[in-house]
Amino acid sequence: MLELTQVSKHFGGVEVLQNVSFTVQAGQVFGLIGPNGAGKTTVFNLITGLIAPSSGTISFNGQPLTGVAPHQITRRGIARTFQNIRVFKEMSLLDNVIVGMHAHLDYSAAGLLLSLPGFRQQERQARVRAHELLSMVGLDKNAYDLADAMSYGDQRKLELARALATEPKLLLLDEPVAGMNTGEKSELMRVIVRIAERGYTIFVIEHDMRFVMGLCQRIAVLNFGRIIAEGKPEEIKRNPDVIEAYLGRDDESETVSAA
Amino acid sequence: MEGFDNFWAVYSNLVLSIGINALLAISIWFTLSCGLLAMANAAFMGIGAYTAALLTMKAGASFTVALLGGIGAPLAVALIIGMPTLRLSGVYLAMATLGFGEVVRILILNAERWTGGALGLNGIPQLTQWWHVLASLVAVLLVLWRLRRSRVGRAFEAIKEDDVAAALMGIGVMSHKLLAFALGAGIAGLAGALNAHLTFFIGPAEYGFERGIDILTMAVLGGTGGLAGPVVGALVITLLPEFLRSFRNYRLMINGVILVLIVLFLPKGIWDPSRVRQWLKRSRRGMPDNTAGVR
Repeated sequence: MLELTQVSKHFGGVEVLQNVSFTVQAGQVFGLIGPNGAGKTTVFNLITGLIAPSSGTISFNGQPLTGVAPHQITRRGIARTFQNIRVFKEMSLLDNVIVGMHAHLDYSAAGLLLSLPGFRQQERQARVRAHELLSMVGLDKNAYDLADAMSYGDQRKLELARALATEPKLLLLDEPVAGMNTGEKSELMRVIVRIAERGYTIFVIEHDMRFVMGLCQRIAVLNFGRIIAEGKPEEIKRNPDVIEAYLGRDDESETVSAA
Repeated sequence: MEGFDNFWAVYSNLVLSIGINALLAISIWFTLSCGLLAMANAAFMGIGAYTAALLTMKAGASFTVALLGGIGAPLAVALIIGMPTLRLSGVYLAMATLGFGEVVRILILNAERWTGGALGLNGIPQLTQWWHVLASLVAVLLVLWRLRRSRVGRAFEAIKEDDVAAALMGIGVMSHKLLAFALGAGIAGLAGALNAHLTFFIGPAEYGFERGIDILTMAVLGGTGGLAGPVVGALVITLLPEFLRSFRNYRLMINGVILVLIVLFLPKGIWDPSRVRQWLKRSRRGMPDNTAGVR
């Protein structure tokens, strides 16, 4: 479904990613792990079109994504959440989610200005769907509160609902449990499992090993901009390179800072 | 009825100025609501005023055609200059658009054959009736009200809060910024066209930096959170000089002080729907609320 081929990215002289290749199959929960600064978030920024690769190709369902604007990539079916939460703070939870449906609301200027039935029906459907998505992540009771008033964990869940509102085929989650306590983590894990069961393909970046091992069917390990291992969770656990680079030390360390 | 006639004879110009200023305050609302500080609205007003005035005076066009021209010309210019400048953000956009404003002013000053240069255009037919201003204001407010409740209004708000996140929600950030900029320019042009056919005379000095600051002050003072904000702002800023006649030399200074005070103490302007809602809630509960403003 998503294929990265020999992707490299350098910022000036700094090689952030070198010849990164991997494939995310449809229906999978795919994990990308690696120590802080390994270049994980850069991978997401490349996929979503926020930055362009220095070389290599990224393709989604067989079509290249290079040179496609971020909002067009979203419309092709890739949605993401952010490591540092980026909800629309001054908007209600409901509006946050409805913003995600932007590309799927299709009414004419006349319909909008005159409040024609087509416009009203679509807006009503959007609200119904937004309530559904919010209850899916357990936030429907707060639908009319401002996003700013929500706790850290709830804002992450809101981001998830907002990403789902774009009707993605592939969902990119950038450290979804960073900075959460154990209770919040297992709660969010249940939510993500539930989403995966609905047939979404999920690509998750994460530090928390237990979380990744429990969730993903396939894992790639990134270290200093290179993929050093890829395989099933059990294989990754046993891989000596991975143990040396990552698992052997500090796997429960503070995960808030930038990757 | 006689009382009203007297009042109208004396104050009709002032009342119509309030309406025109409200249109101007709304014109900058569009870009502000996308989180863009674009300062070109005085220039767009000028383009609209000169286009409309030249249409009625030199081309003998009807008032309707003149108004449409007054909207269309700045809108077209906005689309052209918006493409490069709206890629800038924050203070850089403000500088670029201020620069554009100066360019327009100097062009008007030097195109003497058409614009009369520094002497301005004299003898513009007084075609603007009170109901033209009222109808324009109502129509613009209606459009704004509809827009805010649609995907376009939500897109503006999302772009204001975080344009990267907005783009990743599938929103075409650049096209929405351009739309906001062009709509604002059209409305500023409409205000200019109405004003030109009200005041008999227009000159290039009216559309300079000071006017730009006035427009911004009205919008920020009134508040950009609700529809009534720009209207309230225009009301205050237009009436204030009347009450402060003895300080007229300090008018700009007083406007500046007001702007600073508002930003410091009422960052969301005089008309802030969420604050009004909070007041209502508190008075209904009938007891003081220490958490006011914290949420």
